[in-house]
Amino acid sequence: MITNYEELSPNHIDVLREIGNIGAGNAASSLATMLDERINISLPLVKISDFNDAIHAMGGAETMTVGVLINYSGEANGMIMFLIEIETAKKLVSHMLKDFDNADEMTELKLSAIKEMGNILGSSYIGSIASLTGLEIHLSIPYVSIDMAGALMSVPIIEFGAIGDKVMFIEESFLIEDAQFASNVVMFAEIDTLTLIMERLGLGL
Amino acid sequence: MSRSIVVGISDLAASRNPDILVTYALGSCVGICLYDDRTGIGGLAHIMLPRSSQFSETNPNRMKYADTAIPDLIKKMQVLGADPGKLTARIAGGAKMFETQGDGPLSSIGDRNVDSVKQILSLLRIPVIVEDTRKNYGRTIYFHLNGGRMEVRSLQNERKGL
Repeated sequence: MITNYEELSPNHIDVLREIGNIGAGNAASSLATMLDERINISLPLVKISDFNDAIHAMGGAETMTVGVLINYSGEANGMIMFLIEIETAKKLVSHMLKDFDNADEMTELKLSAIKEMGNILGSSYIGSIASLTGLEIHLSIPYVSIDMAGALMSVPIIEFGAIGDKVMFIEESFLIEDAQFASNVVMFAEIDTLTLIMERLGLGL
Repeated sequence: MSRSIVVGISDLAASRNPDILVTYALGSCVGICLYDDRTGIGGLAHIMLPRSSQFSETNPNRMKYADTAIPDLIKKMQVLGADPGKLTARIAGGAKMFETQGDGPLSSIGDRNVDSVKQILSLLRIPVIVEDTRKNYGRTIYFHLNGGRMEVRSLQNERKGL
């Protein structure tokens, strides 16, 4: 029985990485369908690191960032947050919407496109957990906020903080044609949920 | 020469005039600035949770919780020569960053952090003289130990320009 993320073995981390891979693959195909465009997601990197290092990896504490938060509940409980720097978000959405004239603006329409992307990513990651484990999981609607990366990250970090001193996140890049757009997903599962996922996958903690 | 000393998440530091203590991007976390006017000694703690006793950690990081970080910060300031009976407090943070942060016990964590910090300071008879808390945005604190001013910065203006 583990009590926090620091105690996960390399095998457990491989499982989480695989969940990340499947989730990213599903997300890429959903996005491609939505956009009717070839879109790939780079091999996601699953990282477990200190709070301050994680915020640094997201581009720095004060960097203006878009965060999309989804809570999940049912047989598995936790939250998932999609984070993308505002400048990257503007470029990515302009690319998606073919709106190259106003590439520096963040309009309501662009913001809802980002929210929908976060929603697709979140549901793809959680969907991969559900399909691998057979657990029944419900998703909340997505909530969006634009602020300092560190302040947005404080929300999942506090959840991780209640059980330990590390945070788990996934670095991934969207590839559209030749352009690459970096983003991060912070995936928090309550410790009971993490235990249950590992049990279902034959790697009891 | 004044130095800038950066305080991370679940971290704390104490120093003296004319240094500046900085902590970046408080969201639902709370920054606590304590100051001794006579000596110019000040301290800053960046806490993320209200009370160490409510959580199941076996070996908790004391700087993470309001109820352990505040007494530890006072001790650090005392070592530098501050009088614990003469401190004043300035606090910032405790925001609700999303319209909802879930249904769990941590959904109103910003408010609970602020409530806990104020309760602990009141038990220690340290008056809160400046407060910039709650609402829905992130804050960075610059705590100027030359006089004890707490400067709070946010992205509110930049956000309006989007």
